[in-house]
Amino acid sequence: MNNTIDYDKLISPRAAAMRPSGIRKFFDLAAEMPDCISLGVGEPDFKTPWAIRDAGIRSLERGKTKYTANAGMIELREEICKYMKRRFDLEYNDRSEVLVTVGGSEAIDICIRSLVQPGDEVIIVEPCFVCYEPITVLTGGVPVHLTTREEDDFRLTADELRAAITPKTKLLVLPFPNNPTGAVMEKEHLEEIAEVLRGTDIMVLSDEIYAELNYGKNRHVSIASLPGMQERTIVVNGFSKAYAMTGWRLGYACGPAPIIKAMTKIHQSCIMSAPTTSQYAAVVAMRECDAEIEKMRLEYNQRRRLVVKGFNDMGLHCFEPKGAFYVFPCIKTTGMSSQEFCQELLMNKKVAAVPGDAFGECGEGYIRISYAYSVEHLTTALKRIREFLAERGLIQKN
Amino acid sequence: MEQLLKILEKNARIPLEDAAAMIGKTTQEAAAMLDQAQSEGIVRGFRTLVDWEKANVACVEAVIELHVSPKKDRGFDDIASAVAAFDEVESVLLMSGGYDLQVIVQGKNFQEIALFVAKRLSPLDDVLSTATHFVLRTYKRDGVMYQDEEVDERECTVL
Repeated sequence: MNNTIDYDKLISPRAAAMRPSGIRKFFDLAAEMPDCISLGVGEPDFKTPWAIRDAGIRSLERGKTKYTANAGMIELREEICKYMKRRFDLEYNDRSEVLVTVGGSEAIDICIRSLVQPGDEVIIVEPCFVCYEPITVLTGGVPVHLTTREEDDFRLTADELRAAITPKTKLLVLPFPNNPTGAVMEKEHLEEIAEVLRGTDIMVLSDEIYAELNYGKNRHVSIASLPGMQERTIVVNGFSKAYAMTGWRLGYACGPAPIIKAMTKIHQSCIMSAPTTSQYAAVVAMRECDAEIEKMRLEYNQRRRLVVKGFNDMGLHCFEPKGAFYVFPCIKTTGMSSQEFCQELLMNKKVAAVPGDAFGECGEGYIRISYAYSVEHLTTALKRIREFLAERGLIQKN
Repeated sequence: MEQLLKILEKNARIPLEDAAAMIGKTTQEAAAMLDQAQSEGIVRGFRTLVDWEKANVACVEAVIELHVSPKKDRGFDDIASAVAAFDEVESVLLMSGGYDLQVIVQGKNFQEIALFVAKRLSPLDDVLSTATHFVLRTYKRDGVMYQDEEVDERECTVL
C-alpha cells in the first residue's frame, strides 16, 4: 500500500459530506453493549411468510439463477400491475410503466438521477427517510427542505408546498406513510397537494413503501390515483416492509413510460436486473399473501397502541401515528436535545432509540422508536425509559 | 374478544392494562371481557410453560394411542371422560385417522407411566388396545422454543 496517498482528498466532497456517520457510530456502540435493548431498527421482526420463501427455494431448485429481463420478469410486472389496481385503483402498463428494482431504495435513487439536473430543486418533505437528500446532492440538485409539524399531524400542507415552489422546482418527494413520524396523508389532504401541482411540470416521487402498514379508518391512498396525477407521479414501493422481505432486496417503481424508460437505462447500466430468486418469490407474495400482510398489520397495530399509550402515560407526548411501524414521541419537556436524550438513555438504561434530528433538523425535540419488536421487548424498553425519566425527576416514580 | 384472547394465549402474564391498550380498550373493558370469557368457559385457565429438563426435575411424558369401542348414543364421550378423570392424564383428544383417542400422560419415570398404562388404562372395559410412545426431548411446546433461542439478527442501520 502506498502510504503517501491522502484518501480524504480523493473522496468526493459530496460523498464525504453524506450523513449519517454519527448515527452509525451510535448504533455500533449500542450493538456492542451487553443487554442493550434496541428500538432502532427499521425493518420487520417477522419472518418472510413461508409461501414466499418456498417459492424462492423452488426457483433455485429449478435452476432459475440467470439474470432476468432488465425491467424485471414480465410475470412479476404483471402481478405488480394487478396489485396496484387491486389495492390502489391504479392502472399501469406492465411492458412500459413498471420497473423492478433492488429495493425501494434503488427506485428512489434512479428516479432522482433520471430527473434531476445540476441546479434543479427537489422539495423534500421532512422529517423523512435519510436517502433523498444525499442522492439529490450527488446529482448536483438542490434539496429544498419542507418541514412538517406536529400541529399539522406531520402532514404536508398545500400552503407550504406552494410557498416552496420556484421556477427551478423539478421534483417533490412525498414520503407517506412517513418514516419516522408514522403520519399518513388522507385522500382530502392529497387532493389539496394535487391541486397545487396540476398544470405544472413538477413531478412527484411518492415513496409508498409503508402503504400496507396503515392503521387508520381508511386504507392508503396513492396521490397517483387522483385525477391528473398519474402522469406526474412515480410511485415507489417494495416488498421489504409489507411482506417482511428486507433481505430479499426487491422494490419497484411505477410511472409514466418515458421516465420508467430513463430509469431502466440507469438500472440496466448499474444493476442489470434485480435478484432473480427474489423476483420468483415476489410473484407468489403478490398472488397469495394478502392475508399474511393483514396478519402482520394487526400485530403491528396492537404494538403501536401499546407504545403510544406507554409514552403518553409517562408524560412524553406521543403523536398518534397512523402508518409505518414507528412512533415519534416529543422529548422537549425533558430539556435535553434529541442527541443528548438518546445518548443518556443508551449509556444509563441501555436502550437505543434514534434521535429525531437524524431525519432532518425539524426532527429535533423528538426521538424515533421502532415497534418492530416483540411485546415483551417493547414493555421492557418502556419500563427502562420510564425509570430513566423518573431518576431525573421528570416524572413521578411509581 | 378474539384479539384479547390471542394476546393472552401468547402471554397470560401480560398486565391487563397493556393488553387493553393493545386492543384499543380501557382496562375496565378488557377486564369485563376476560371475566365474561372465564365465566363462559372460553378461558379454561392460565398455566406456566416449564422446561423440567432444565430445572433438573425428573419428568417423563408419553403419548398414548388408544383404540376404544364407542358406545351407542354416547359415542366416545363416556370413555374419554373416564380416561380424562385420571390425575396422571394431561390431555385427551379424539382423533381422526388410525386410532381414536390420543392421551398425554406425565409421570416421574418410565416405570410409573408403564404401571399406569398396564394397571389403570388398559383394564378399562372399552379400551381395546394401547400404543405408548415416550417423549425423548421437547423442542417446541405451545409455540415456545425449548432448545434454540431465536437471536435477533437485524444489524443494518436503516433510518
